[in-house]
Amino acid sequence: MRNTNATQLIFELSTQGRTGVRLPACDVPEQPIEQLLPSNLLQSDSPTLPEVTEPEVIRHFTNLSTLNMSVDAHYYPLGSCTMKYNPKRNERIAAWDGFAQLHPYQSEASIQGMLQLLFELQQMLGEISGLPAVSLQPAAGAHGELAALMVAAAYFKGRGESRTKVLAPDSAHGTNPASARMAGFDFVTIKSKEDGRVDLDHLREHLGSDTAVFMITNPSTLGLFDDQVQEISDMVHEQGGLIYLDGANMNAILGIARPGDFGADMMHFNPHKTFSGPHGGGGPGAGPICVTDSLGPYLPSPTVSFCEQSQSYFLDAGDGKSIGRVRSFFGNVGVLVRAYCYIRTHGPDGLRRVSETAVLNANYLLSQVKEFLDVPHGDRCMHEFVASAASVKEATGLKQPAMDIAKRLLDYGFHPPTVYFPLTVPEGMMMEPTETESKQTLDAFADVLKTIVNEPAETLEHAPHSTAIRRPDEVTAARQPIVKWTESTD
Amino acid sequence: MPFTYNTPAQQAEMLQAIGAGSIDELFQSIPAEMQLGRPLDIPPALGELELTSHMQELARQNTDVTQSTCFLGAGSYDHFVPAVIDTLASRGEFYTSYTPYQPEVSQGNLQVMFEYQTLICQLTGMDVSNASLYDGGSATVEAMLMACSITRRHTKVIVLESVHPEYRQIIETYFETIGTQVITISDPSQLPEELDEATAAVLVQSPNFFGNVEDLSTLADQVHDAGALLVCSVDPISLGVLQRPGDAGVDIVVAEGQSLGTPLLYGGPYLGIMACREKFVRRLPGRIAGQTVDQNGNRCWVLTLQTREQHIRREKATSNICTNQGLFALRAAIYLSVMGPSGMRDVANLCLQKAHYAQQQLTSLDRFEAVSDQPFFKEFVVRDKQGDVSGLLEKAEDFNILAGVPLGKWYPQYEDCLLIAVTEKRTRDEIDQLVEVLGS
Repeated sequence: MRNTNATQLIFELSTQGRTGVRLPACDVPEQPIEQLLPSNLLQSDSPTLPEVTEPEVIRHFTNLSTLNMSVDAHYYPLGSCTMKYNPKRNERIAAWDGFAQLHPYQSEASIQGMLQLLFELQQMLGEISGLPAVSLQPAAGAHGELAALMVAAAYFKGRGESRTKVLAPDSAHGTNPASARMAGFDFVTIKSKEDGRVDLDHLREHLGSDTAVFMITNPSTLGLFDDQVQEISDMVHEQGGLIYLDGANMNAILGIARPGDFGADMMHFNPHKTFSGPHGGGGPGAGPICVTDSLGPYLPSPTVSFCEQSQSYFLDAGDGKSIGRVRSFFGNVGVLVRAYCYIRTHGPDGLRRVSETAVLNANYLLSQVKEFLDVPHGDRCMHEFVASAASVKEATGLKQPAMDIAKRLLDYGFHPPTVYFPLTVPEGMMMEPTETESKQTLDAFADVLKTIVNEPAETLEHAPHSTAIRRPDEVTAARQPIVKWTESTD
Repeated sequence: MPFTYNTPAQQAEMLQAIGAGSIDELFQSIPAEMQLGRPLDIPPALGELELTSHMQELARQNTDVTQSTCFLGAGSYDHFVPAVIDTLASRGEFYTSYTPYQPEVSQGNLQVMFEYQTLICQLTGMDVSNASLYDGGSATVEAMLMACSITRRHTKVIVLESVHPEYRQIIETYFETIGTQVITISDPSQLPEELDEATAAVLVQSPNFFGNVEDLSTLADQVHDAGALLVCSVDPISLGVLQRPGDAGVDIVVAEGQSLGTPLLYGGPYLGIMACREKFVRRLPGRIAGQTVDQNGNRCWVLTLQTREQHIRREKATSNICTNQGLFALRAAIYLSVMGPSGMRDVANLCLQKAHYAQQQLTSLDRFEAVSDQPFFKEFVVRDKQGDVSGLLEKAEDFNILAGVPLGKWYPQYEDCLLIAVTEKRTRDEIDQLVEVLGS
């Protein structure tokens, strides 16, 4: 039960002289600090931090946790984020000392179990993607995109080709253009057609000998499989470019179709989505990338290899073509251990069932939602779909009905869909139920959504009514940013 | 299928509502020739019991640091993690939530981010912090990119050789791609030669990769005179005793936050700390939480300054980063809260004292010598005069001691050297045993 008295910041709970830890006494002969370090490099006083006891810390953060919606407690159909159930066995296993208490610079001989796990994960991701060369190093999906674009840049440089442009459709996630820029490319937006597929004529106009990479999210952010993907791939390859597949939506096609088989040269996985992460309140994730054999030598290093001669696993720095490192140490290993557990739990049939069930759930929800909201891109979808609340705008005069509906859903205990993305759908509401929701939950959600759509405009406009806070003033927050606590803040 | 619910009867009902004859029909938009048409070639499914056994088997093939005495550091440290951190970070309300897109139901995460940002500012003496990045290494390259963008100097940056070699490799990777020159200098005394009006930033680490503490104030003056920015990577634990980088004139501070309450995890996930001066706030990459009020006038928190970010600005964003390391920022916030000022001072002092004891004991042996007389914090380098670092490490492993990180891989001039880290967890007995084993 929520404790409504707990409204203070940790700093406001501070009382001089309190502490939450007691460290052991120094058991070596103690020397005055001034003898060990020059006084001009020392801090004159102890750091200014809150002074609180362990029970205060527990109560404070426990109370904060109760202010969050979460997958463990709520239906969370946040489109393109794949908020599926996070298996508890994976949490427990990843926390074992045998995985969690390994130092990144231990000898390879002392971590053969870990290296075997990572090696097998590389192989399994290579098989699932149809792209056999794998790097587990990138720390997030966006980081994987960037790393892969740097791989492409190195590949073209190795071939003596100067290619300056990265292309992606207008429905792409914002990380695509941002990653392209960070990798030193110019970015070109390609239009989508009304049916949500890539506009091939527009693509053709921009394709040329300067095209490095076409980035495609397939299934797209509209939840549609673009069946032109092979044709697109042929067009891009004909010009000597590469295809990058944004793997955000892999939950739709596990064991059904493989990016490597439909023309992709590179892709990333989001293990925190597809392989049950979890999302951690915004991270950590991981962003392993899979590429064709010809791009493999350029992958970030090290990867894990197996030495037949010594029958042991080792960290492989490659043959000198690697782009180098994009992150310190091996990668977000804790997330990778969970992904490994998830894939091993499901096996080949299980992974296929994941996607079949995710797609069935999404189509079922679509069939219920289309009764009272427009779904501009048809009656069928993959793992997610985008409904439009534009009709509510007409009916009620509300300026931002998708936002209002989202806020009203909070009153009913449902996390809203992703709203206003992709930008190509007016008043878009992107719903991704995932495979771990029951029909009962989907029915309940659809019922509530229908109720909300028919509620008076005033009810929606001022929603949410029952949450810990009402709508916040985000404009002032951005204009006069207060991004840390100071004594005078109140 | 362990985590799905719908019975065959329900599935039939659902298909009927959809108007589809079968689940396969739902995949018709994928042309048949693009479908795999065979089962994936991966191992068969394991139940929870079988998975647990299998994972135990893998875990058993690892020797973890609880079975040995760990003197390994080099950017990842075996510090004590109070139990409250795992207890709180294991709450599903924290770890199964996501980026706070809906502030009304994310006040917990948002307030944690705001408190984390404040704690980082308090610790570093900087004006503003973001809500965290991936890890210390990628935070460092983000800081260098940010410095290029602030100074509008895109041709050259300078990096001290004593910065973590892997961080330098990351910078090389990123900057090679965009064509910015990375000049590496072996000593701050070379700075005047290289520092010019084309230089965007100078990167220094303190305590540096060898454990030595740098004089940041002097560096800051030099760097600022050339119109460049000083970026500094710090060890957050050291700030229990060392001068805060904000007080020394550093412009952007980055750090590996693993020391603040996160176990070793074979290198990740960790926590990228990044803080800067107020005037650069709109150039910061990553998420930032800000304070505001709701419609009822109550204090609350939101994600703010989002016009820097990729989901609004796309190719013009300050970075492609779209999430923070929420769960590890939470861990750091809890760590700094339970430690408080006295705990941070104590842990820093314990590291300092024990590292010096270890260094003095080792270098009193004939076989070892210090390679530098620069002041150090919790980590130091010793040279094996017999030049047999790998032999030493093997011998120590026989006694279940992880004695140190050999430096030859990154620094040929230190082929015969070991980098040894001593945290508050190491006891005098353990240090004495290290000295005995290495000296025997």
